[in-house]
Amino acid sequence: MSALGKVVRSGVGRRRVQTVVIGLVVMMAVTSAVLGGSLMVASSAPFERAFAQQNGAHLTAQFDAGKATAAQLSATANASGIVASAGPFRTATVTPETDRSRKLPPITIAGRTAQGGSVDAVTLTDGRWVAAAGEIVLNNDGRMPPGMVPKLASRLTLPDLPGSPTLTVVGIARTVSETAGGWVIPEQIETLAAAGAPVGYQMLYRLAKPDTTADVDAARAAVQASVPAEAMTGTRSWLTTKLHSAGNTVLLVPFLLAFGALGVLMAVLIIGNVIAGAVSTGTHRIGILKALGFTPAQVVRAYTVQALIPAIVGAALGMVAGNILALAVLSDTNRVYGTSDSGVTPWVNVAVLAGALAVVALTAWAAAARAGRLRTVEVLAVGRTPGPGRGQWASRLSARLPLPRPMTLGLAYPFARVLRSATIVAAIAFGAAAATFSVGLGSSLNQVQATESHGDVVVLPGRPMSQSGPPPGGGPGPGGKPPEIDHAAVVKAIAAQAGTAGYHSSTETEVSVAGIADPLGVSAFTGNSAAGAYQMVAGRFITGAGEIVVSTPFLTATHTKVGDSVVLTVHNTQITVRIVGEAFNPEDMGMEIVTHAGTLAGTEAELRGTEYNVTLKPGTDVNSYVADLNTALSGVEAHAMPAEDDTAEFIVIVNALAALLTVLLVTVAALGVLNMVVLETRERVHDLGVHKALGMTPKQTISMVIASVVVTGLIGGAIGAPAGVLLQRLVIGEMGRVTGFTLPDAVVNIYEPGQLVLFGLGGLVIAVAGSLLPAGWAARTRTATALRTE
Amino acid sequence: MIELGDVSRRYDEGPPALDNVSLKIAPGEAVAILGPSGSGKSTLLNLIAGLDKPTNGTVSVDGVRVDQLGEAGSAKYRRAKIGMVFQFFNLLDDLTVADNVMLPAQLAGMSRSEAQRRAAELLNALGVQRHAKAYPGRLSGGERQRVAVARALMNRPALLLADEPTGALDTASGEDVQQLLKDLHADGQTIVLVTHDLALAQTCATRTIQLVDGRVANDTGMVVSGDVR
Repeated sequence: MSALGKVVRSGVGRRRVQTVVIGLVVMMAVTSAVLGGSLMVASSAPFERAFAQQNGAHLTAQFDAGKATAAQLSATANASGIVASAGPFRTATVTPETDRSRKLPPITIAGRTAQGGSVDAVTLTDGRWVAAAGEIVLNNDGRMPPGMVPKLASRLTLPDLPGSPTLTVVGIARTVSETAGGWVIPEQIETLAAAGAPVGYQMLYRLAKPDTTADVDAARAAVQASVPAEAMTGTRSWLTTKLHSAGNTVLLVPFLLAFGALGVLMAVLIIGNVIAGAVSTGTHRIGILKALGFTPAQVVRAYTVQALIPAIVGAALGMVAGNILALAVLSDTNRVYGTSDSGVTPWVNVAVLAGALAVVALTAWAAAARAGRLRTVEVLAVGRTPGPGRGQWASRLSARLPLPRPMTLGLAYPFARVLRSATIVAAIAFGAAAATFSVGLGSSLNQVQATESHGDVVVLPGRPMSQSGPPPGGGPGPGGKPPEIDHAAVVKAIAAQAGTAGYHSSTETEVSVAGIADPLGVSAFTGNSAAGAYQMVAGRFITGAGEIVVSTPFLTATHTKVGDSVVLTVHNTQITVRIVGEAFNPEDMGMEIVTHAGTLAGTEAELRGTEYNVTLKPGTDVNSYVADLNTALSGVEAHAMPAEDDTAEFIVIVNALAALLTVLLVTVAALGVLNMVVLETRERVHDLGVHKALGMTPKQTISMVIASVVVTGLIGGAIGAPAGVLLQRLVIGEMGRVTGFTLPDAVVNIYEPGQLVLFGLGGLVIAVAGSLLPAGWAARTRTATALRTE
Repeated sequence: MIELGDVSRRYDEGPPALDNVSLKIAPGEAVAILGPSGSGKSTLLNLIAGLDKPTNGTVSVDGVRVDQLGEAGSAKYRRAKIGMVFQFFNLLDDLTVADNVMLPAQLAGMSRSEAQRRAAELLNALGVQRHAKAYPGRLSGGERQRVAVARALMNRPALLLADEPTGALDTASGEDVQQLLKDLHADGQTIVLVTHDLALAQTCATRTIQLVDGRVANDTGMVVSGDVR
C-alpha cells in the first residue's frame, strides 16, 4: 500500500464518527433523490410513451350536432395552432348492460371506421376493429377490475333505448387520450340517434404547441372561434388526461424532491464540517505528514479520499434503498398500465450517484484545501484549542448569567468557532425543518383525508355484521339486492336521538358531461348537514335541486367556472345545472359532482339515500350514541356504526416515507452535532483536564458539554421551524398544482403557534441528543491524561 | 495529613512509575519531591491530588481515602482540600484573570459575588489585581503563575500541590514565585512541590524526598516547626 493509501486508511479507521456521519448523510440524500427522480420519471413515462405511439389527441372537443355541421367541423383543422386532426366523429352517450344484467356506467361511444389515423391511433389489445352494425370495441383504461371488463363476443344491451338494441363486443382497445369509452361504425351512431340517444360530434386535434395549459387553451379558443357560437359543448386537454393517468404517484414527487434537496444541502454542510473538523483536529498530523515530504496536493487528496470512501458506501446503500422504495410505491402505476415497470431508471441512478459523489468530493476538496495550504512550520507548532480572542466577549457575558458556572462555560463555547457553529446551526435547522415539514405534510394530508369523512356515525341498511341470522329484508346475499332503507323510520330515529347535530343521506350514481369521455360520479344528498361535509374554496354549497358543487379539476377539464351552467346526461335525459360552488373534494381525482338528490329526481326514480351520515353534537360519545341509535333502529332494517377512519393507502405511504426520511434527516443532524461536540471535546481536552483538576465533577462536565449546544440548538430550531412551514406550504401548494386542485385553508394552514414553538424546541432536542454521547466521554476522560495533552 | 502506604503505580507492561512508596506528610510541612525525569514525581503528585489511582496501596489525605474515591468524589475532594499549581500555569485562555481565579469556587457552588470578593482579595494579596479583567495571554510568566497560585488558593485548600511551579519561568519570575511559596508556607500552608530545581527546594521546602525509579531514595524527614521526626 502506498504512503497515501496508508494515511487514508488510518484516517478512515481512526475517525469512525465522521466516517459514519458522512456515510449516513450521503445515504439519506441519495435515497431521497433516487426515489424522487425515479417517481418523477415513472409518473409520466408510461403515459408519454403510449401517447407518442398513438399520436395522442392534445385536445378533444365535443360539439352539438344541432349547431355545427360536419363540414364546419372539418374546417377547424385549419384553426391556428392545429397541426393534425381527426374527425368529425359522430358520438352518442349510452348506458349499456352486460348479458349478465349488470349495468355499466354511461359511456360516450364514437363512430370510427378505423382504429388508426394521424390522431388517436387506438391500440387494439384484443379482438378486431368494428366492421358492421351491431358491433362495438370497448376502451379498457385499466382502471376497471379485470373481472368487470366485458369479454369478447359478449353482448351489451342498451335498455334505455326503444327496443333495447344490442351490441356485440368484437374488440378491446386502449386510447391513451381517453377520447371515448367505445367505438362503433359511424352508421351505428345514426341508428342510436334515431332511437333517441343523445348524439354529438367529436374532433381530435394535435397541436403545434401542446406543452402548457395556456398553449392548449389558445388552440381551444382558436377552434371555438371557427365554429358557430355555442356549438362547442366541451373539451378535454391531454394535460388533464396525463395528470389523471399518473394517479397518486405524481403527488409524491414534490415532497420527495423537497427531502432530496434537504438531504443534498445537509450533505454539503455536514461533509464540509466533518472534513474541516478533521483538518482542524489533524493539524499537527498534517504538519508531520508535510515534514515527511507530503505535497499539498497529496494532503488534499488524502482528506478528499477519506470523505469519498464512506460516501461511496452510503451512496450505494442509498441507491439500493431508493430503488426498493420506488418499486414499492410504483406498484399502483404498474397496475393502472398493466406494466411491470421496476421503477429502476438507470439514468436517474447514474445521475444521482455521480451528483452526490461530486458534491462530496468538491465539498471535501474545498475543506481539505486549507490543510494543503498550511505552512509546515506553523502546523507543527500550532495548538488545538481555539486561540485567545475568539468568543471572549461571549465568555464574559455568559459568566454573568445566573446559572451554574459549568453551564455558563459551555454556553460560550459555540462563539469560539463561529463558522463551525454556523454550519451546525444549519444542520440542526435542516433537521428541525424536516420534522416541521413532515408533521405539517402529514397534518395536511390528514385534512385531505378528513374531507372524505362526512360525519361521525353512518347508518347503513340491514343488520350489523355481528348479529347472527340472515339479514332482514333478505339481503344482501348472493345475487340478492341490498335491503332498502325505510327512510322515514330512519330519519325519525336519527332526529329523535339525543346528540344528533345534523344528518344527511347520500347516494352515488354516474352521469355524462359533454367533453368528458368517462362517466363522472355524482354524490346526491338529502338532509340538513351535507354542507359541513366539504371544504369550500369558492362560492357556496348547494341549497336545492339544479345546483352542483365541483372541484377545481372538474372546472379545469370542462373550462367552466363558478356561476356557469353545464349539461348532465343521465339515462338519455339532459339536465342543465348551475355550478354554485367550488369545493375541495378529492373524490374521483376531483371530478365528482355534488348535488341535491332532487336534481336527478326526474331521471332516476329510485334514487334514494343508500346511507345516512350523522354529525354529532360536541361532547357526544360516539359509541354510546351508536348503541342507543341501534336500539331505536331495532325495528327498522338499518343499523348505525361509527364512521370508519379509513386512511387512504396513498396517505399511509406518504406519511411513512415522510417519517422515514425525517428520521434519517434528524438522525444525520444529531450525528452532525455529535461530530461537532466530539471535535470540540478533543480540541478542549486539555482545558477539560484543567476544569477537572479544579474540581469539576462528571455531572458538571456533562452539563457543560450539553450547555455548549444549547445556543446552536435554539438558533437552529428558531430557523428550522419557520423554514419547515415554508417548505410545507411550498410542497402542498405544488401538490395542489400538479393535481389541479385549489386547496382550502384548512389543508394549507395547519400549524398552531404552540406547535411552532415545540418544533423550534425540536432543534434543541436534536442538539442535546447529539451531544449526550460526547458529554459522557468528556465526563469519563481521565484528568491526568487530559492534562498531559497539548 | 498525607499518608501513602505501599503505593505502586504501573502503566501497561513497563516498569512501575511508583514502586511500594510509603510516606507521611504532616500539616504545615513544605515538602519538595525531587528526582530525575521518569522517577515518578508527577505520578506521586497526581495520586495525592486524586487525579490518578494507585495500582496497589493506599492514599489518605486528611483522613480521606483518596484511592477509593470515584470521579465525582475525587472532584469534590480536590475542591475542598487541594489547590494545584502547574508548570505551564494551565490558565484558561478564554477566561479573564478574575474568572480563572473564581472558577474553583464557582464549581463548588459559591455565588458569583462572593467569589468575586474572594478573588479580589487574593489577586490583591498576590499583586496582580490590576490584571483582573485581562486575559492570561497578556500577562508575563511570573504574573500568570501568581494568578495560578491565586486560583489554587481560592477554596482555602488544606494542601497546595505545585508541579514544577518555576519550570517555565525566567530567573526573576522564578525567584518571585519562590518567595511567594515561602510566604505561603510561613503562613501555615501545607505545600507539596515537585521540582528539578534544588534552589527552589532548599528555599521553600522544610523537607525533601528524593525519588529514583519510582522508589524513595532519600527522605530528609518530617520537619514541623524546626523539629526533625
